[in-house]
Amino acid sequence: MMQLDLALVWAGLLAFAVLAYVILDGFDLGVGILFPFMPDERYRDEMMNSVAPVWDGNETWLVLGGGGLFAVFPLAYAIIMPALYAPVIALLLGLVFRGVAFEFRWKTQRGKFLWDWAFAAGSTIAAFAQGIALGALVQGIPVAGRAYAGGWWDWLTPFSLVTGLALVAGYALLGATWLVYKTQGDVQQRAYRFAWIAGMVTLSAIGLVSLWTPFLSEAFLHRWFDFPQVLYVAPVPLLVAGAAYALFTGLRRKRELSPFLASLALFVLSFIGLLISFFPYIVPTSVTVWEAAAPDASLGFLLAGAAFLIPVILLYTAYSYWVFRGKIEPGGGGYH
Amino acid sequence: MEFDALTLARLQFAFTVSFHIIFPAISIGLASYLAVLEGLWLATGRSVFLDLFNYWKKLFAIAFGMGVVSGIVMSYQFGTNWSVFSDKAGPVIGPLMGYEVLTAFFLEAGFLGVMLFGMSRVGPRLHFLATLMVAFGTFLSAFWILAVNSWMQTPVGHAVNAAGQFVPVDWWAIIFNPSFPYRLVHMLLAAYLSTALIVGGTAAWHLLRDATQPASRIMFSMAMWMAAIVAPIQIVAGDLHGLNTLEHQPAKIAAMEGHFDTHAGAPMILFGWPDMEQERTLYAVEIPKLASLILTHDLNGTVRGLKEWPREDRPNSTIVFWSFRVMVGAGLAMLALGVWSLFLRARGRLYGQPWLLRAAVAMSPVGLIAVIAGWITTEVGRQPYTVYGLLRTAESASPIDAAAVGTSLVAFIVVYFAVFGAGAFYMLRLMHKAPALAEPDLDPGTPLHASGLMPGPAMEQEPRR
Repeated sequence: MMQLDLALVWAGLLAFAVLAYVILDGFDLGVGILFPFMPDERYRDEMMNSVAPVWDGNETWLVLGGGGLFAVFPLAYAIIMPALYAPVIALLLGLVFRGVAFEFRWKTQRGKFLWDWAFAAGSTIAAFAQGIALGALVQGIPVAGRAYAGGWWDWLTPFSLVTGLALVAGYALLGATWLVYKTQGDVQQRAYRFAWIAGMVTLSAIGLVSLWTPFLSEAFLHRWFDFPQVLYVAPVPLLVAGAAYALFTGLRRKRELSPFLASLALFVLSFIGLLISFFPYIVPTSVTVWEAAAPDASLGFLLAGAAFLIPVILLYTAYSYWVFRGKIEPGGGGYH
Repeated sequence: MEFDALTLARLQFAFTVSFHIIFPAISIGLASYLAVLEGLWLATGRSVFLDLFNYWKKLFAIAFGMGVVSGIVMSYQFGTNWSVFSDKAGPVIGPLMGYEVLTAFFLEAGFLGVMLFGMSRVGPRLHFLATLMVAFGTFLSAFWILAVNSWMQTPVGHAVNAAGQFVPVDWWAIIFNPSFPYRLVHMLLAAYLSTALIVGGTAAWHLLRDATQPASRIMFSMAMWMAAIVAPIQIVAGDLHGLNTLEHQPAKIAAMEGHFDTHAGAPMILFGWPDMEQERTLYAVEIPKLASLILTHDLNGTVRGLKEWPREDRPNSTIVFWSFRVMVGAGLAMLALGVWSLFLRARGRLYGQPWLLRAAVAMSPVGLIAVIAGWITTEVGRQPYTVYGLLRTAESASPIDAAAVGTSLVAFIVVYFAVFGAGAFYMLRLMHKAPALAEPDLDPGTPLHASGLMPGPAMEQEPRR
């Protein structure tokens, strides 16, 4: 019987969890990012109602990402968290504000504007912090022994600021195209406009980051430009171009679903691009997947459950989305 | 006290976890209560149960939301502030937490949307299934996280590898470690009791203004049954948990009892001030030989004191002595409330005795106070270790500047008080409003809902069961 490379399997599963998080929480964070740009309170009600039944499930993928990293790559977790201390704290506090806003916003008239701002600012800060964390990870984390060996502000560079803004724009794009899909009337028309702007910014940022990344490290450069490897990786940028075309065509023709799907495709492709740059490192370019992995006894134990549970989770998550399918009714206040 | 990075990291953990535990305690209890209410509604068709369901559902949603966001903080704090602990203990406790996410968090989150918003979309039976899944998820979550905590208290089933990591050898032994069954039962009962006191206090608040409200009478009756039945069980469970602790963590018991010297025929110190420097308990009020009787079931049994351990291995007795007494006092008060309610219930005056109602109102936060006091006892009592006897707290922390930990601590304090303070305010405001007949929800199309809209029949039905 062939021996499974458990560390590699888990790297794949965690990558899937992170991707699921990014696209799922991405659109509901994006709805929060766009909140201040929607002028009418009733419109904002609709925006929030479009994600209220699903946001908690979406965010659970983040817990799986963090918890999974802790469980199967404890060394990577122990290095990355201190290295990204400030962005992680900012992310957590941002999520606190936006998470409670889903409930608190409906519990007060006088204070409603406060929770509108908590929702918007929390979502934006969380997205920005995630982007910064991503950028800091891409630019590399120095390690000595089994611990982070850099300074407390190493994460703050022009590159990470750009990836931070890129992710805010990207989430806004996901949010806008989600709203196009879930709403109608004036809210939808405004969402189309948001999607145009966010789409432009996102694509420019993808281009900028893609051109910048290979020059951050020798390894990335070889990965993307050496022959014949370039033949394997070249489809990624080509497919990005295709997704971008589908996005703007969909927006121009006022399609309702295709802009959202095209935005998802942009995220999936960018994520694949990142994996191509990263592999086989889990802490670029210090610690590989295998070096960080917990012993097989840990990996195997959790994998046995995950192999069964993740498909089940996907099933009932899909069911929950199906229950709440269709357009949001204007004026429907949820259960509040 | 010196505010170095380690102290600040400990303060941060203590602060964030103390806030966090309040919300799971409420949501474990309320989720089960909601499942019972909805089940009763489906079984009897009486709309008052649906009214109560919709009333507490709103409170559940707020508590659950706060639990989610404060819980995410916990799951990342292991890495930010306790990276050495994470590296070393990750292979053992990480997969358990992974199972918590996979079995519990997704289940709760996946069905929460249907439970909160989906009645009119899926109909009452599937909706009930969703409520059951949410309740089951809260139980699973407690199961896994308490397995983690219990392993840290009574670690077994592992080995240590060349990198100094704990590695799993026997998963069954790790999960069902010696203190786990006791801790699980104790915490679940605590969650039920805390919730019952909140429900009972809310009901009493409304009964004091109008003792005839059917919905408030039902929830008061249910809550008082819980107090009367579960409080004694909890006291027995707590005692067994204590004996288990005596077997595996005798230093913790010595600290809880304020015993510095080892005695045969040790007295029970009721009150006093354990002084860690002087190694004795000042101003002690004692009952001779009682500690030996309780702990060893022998009047002249030997009870070990803290001096058996080197100074650097002792937990802080001043803190756990008092946190333990707060918890026990709270438990006895719950027992008294339950017995009193039984007495009045037998005389048919459960809803008519204002002093019982006032006491129930005053008691509403006591369950949560007991939960926090109990956790302080067991966590401070585990010191100076994170993994008991094997990994010191001082050797578990991240190599981080005190400034970074201190800044984030201040940020957490400010944000938690503001945000969760607002949440508590909104919850209290909802509880201040009496449950209406036909408590509104978004399910006008549900036929069962319409059956009890007439106030007459609902009022006539005697809520006593």
